[in-house]
Amino acid sequence: MSLFRADDIAIRFGGIRAVDAVSFDVNEGEVFSIIGPNGAGKTTIFNLISRIYQPSSGRLYFQDRDITEIPAYRIAGLGIARTFQNIELFANATLLQNLLIGRHCHSTVGVLSQLVFLPAVRREELQHREKAEEVIAFLGLERYRDTLIANLPYGVRKVVELGRALCIEPKLLLLDEPSSGLNVEETEGMGFWIEDIKKDLGITVIMVEHDMNLVRMVSDRVMALNYGKVIALGTPDEVQNHPEVVRAYIGGEG
Amino acid sequence: MRYLFKTDYRQDITLWRHRGDLFWYGLLIVVLLLIPYVLSEFYIGELGGVFVFAVAGVGMMLLAGYTGLISLGNAAFLGIGAYTEAILLAHGVPLVVTLPVAGLFTGLFGILIGLPTLRMSGLYLAIATLAFGSIVGTVFQKWDAVTGGFDGFPVPTPDLFGMPVQGANGIYYLSLFVLVVVLWLSANLLRTPLGRAMVAIRDSEISAQSMGIHLARYKTFAFAVSAFITGLAGALFAHYVRYLAPDAFDVLLSVQFVTIVFVGGLGSLHGVIFGALFVRLLPQFIAIIRDDLPFGIGRMPGLEPSLFGFVLVIVILFEPGGIYGRWIKMKNWFQAYPLKRRTSFRRQKSYARSERLR
Repeated sequence: MSLFRADDIAIRFGGIRAVDAVSFDVNEGEVFSIIGPNGAGKTTIFNLISRIYQPSSGRLYFQDRDITEIPAYRIAGLGIARTFQNIELFANATLLQNLLIGRHCHSTVGVLSQLVFLPAVRREELQHREKAEEVIAFLGLERYRDTLIANLPYGVRKVVELGRALCIEPKLLLLDEPSSGLNVEETEGMGFWIEDIKKDLGITVIMVEHDMNLVRMVSDRVMALNYGKVIALGTPDEVQNHPEVVRAYIGGEG
Repeated sequence: MRYLFKTDYRQDITLWRHRGDLFWYGLLIVVLLLIPYVLSEFYIGELGGVFVFAVAGVGMMLLAGYTGLISLGNAAFLGIGAYTEAILLAHGVPLVVTLPVAGLFTGLFGILIGLPTLRMSGLYLAIATLAFGSIVGTVFQKWDAVTGGFDGFPVPTPDLFGMPVQGANGIYYLSLFVLVVVLWLSANLLRTPLGRAMVAIRDSEISAQSMGIHLARYKTFAFAVSAFITGLAGALFAHYVRYLAPDAFDVLLSVQFVTIVFVGGLGSLHGVIFGALFVRLLPQFIAIIRDDLPFGIGRMPGLEPSLFGFVLVIVILFEPGGIYGRWIKMKNWFQAYPLKRRTSFRRQKSYARSERLR
């Protein structure tokens, strides 16, 4: 069954077609990778899915529901979480606070009851905390729990961003270059997290990634983009050896 | 050194970290309640002023320190609260009603200014709120049918359950009570999803949005709460000065509020108290030493504002954590004594992102 479907989506910035008539669907429980040279429109697709950009045409469906018109702040509540290419954590808050912010879309208590801290608020806070602790245990972040993000090393921040997305309890997780800035071991570690997320938590993953080793390691299917158009879609090996993909990366006669 | 063993998630939710905290806060309250029996009226009056500014500082801190929205219009909120309080009292409304109404009415203006400024941040927001401040200031001056214009507006002495609230003691206790309530509300706010959403907006709007935070709603909320609290401070301010002049609520007052949060320490409620103490007591200190300064510095006009500016620059350059940040470092030093090393508690310098322009 397809969990997410993009139907002929396109977006133009002025004269540039950043994404041009792209269609794909993502099956439940798979890791779907998007690759392509710089400027191919990979991150733009993420920004379209998380509704930061409005597509010029085409529709987006999540669980057979049209989400093309839904405002950005409601996407998390539907069960779509994302990370960012250049880490967008809340730098002057602790790791725990960051994870708790990830729980925001699950909070149900009203403004006034929060201001006077009713028992219901306390109960809900404890539930959020428990969920956050589950994520901390899952990713092994215990020792950084009360550390400010600004004081954490880059590799840990990458994992924290993953954790914050997991706190949303998403059905679909969008990972924007999870390996960027990581060394070889950290990248491999990231690969293991992604496999665990898929197998143990049953979360479907769409990943934008440059590192072909990581892509081959975790992906079920790969889509290659160039100049906003799909040039290949299939298993990692199929796509990697596709003549169009080779040409896009290495160049060659037209 | 005290080691905190955490055995329960509830320990991270309570307002005090351990029994020691509870004891010291309790002692502080007792001392503050007894001070009027010890100190002279002058100092009680000054302390009352500190409390009033601390309340306004909390309003500013929630907006600037926690949501990252710099406002130069908070003096206008203070003025709206002050005039509301005075006018309502003059019409015979009791204090228990006027005080919350002054806050709520100002809160409405907070929403009003919050809505159009939603798309702005950084300098642009500062300019927009500055404009709002000067518009409100002009209204205070020109609308003399209501505000009395430049003739000023005498603030009636309020009654609280049949007792007149007057003199330094009355203002002292009333302001202390309001300050404690406001601090309690703010501390609650900061440990719930509301406060975390504000922090999220401060640090990264784009990911706040992706976490399910409705930017417009929470920014407006921050303005509303800030205005509400500053309105309460305005009501207290009215009783503190006893006679409202329209030019009291100018941009310099707003800058004082900004100074409170920066010098005290951005992003901490403790910082507000330190900042308010600094802003209110520095002028007194200058007055005391004025005559002893060499080269006639003491008689130079503009000594006070320039000193404020100088301290603000020094703090931003050398201690972005403000007085509270310095206090934490000193505490760490004593707790670790004699094992403290230069690098023990070094933190990467990180500034709140409110200055980021987009």
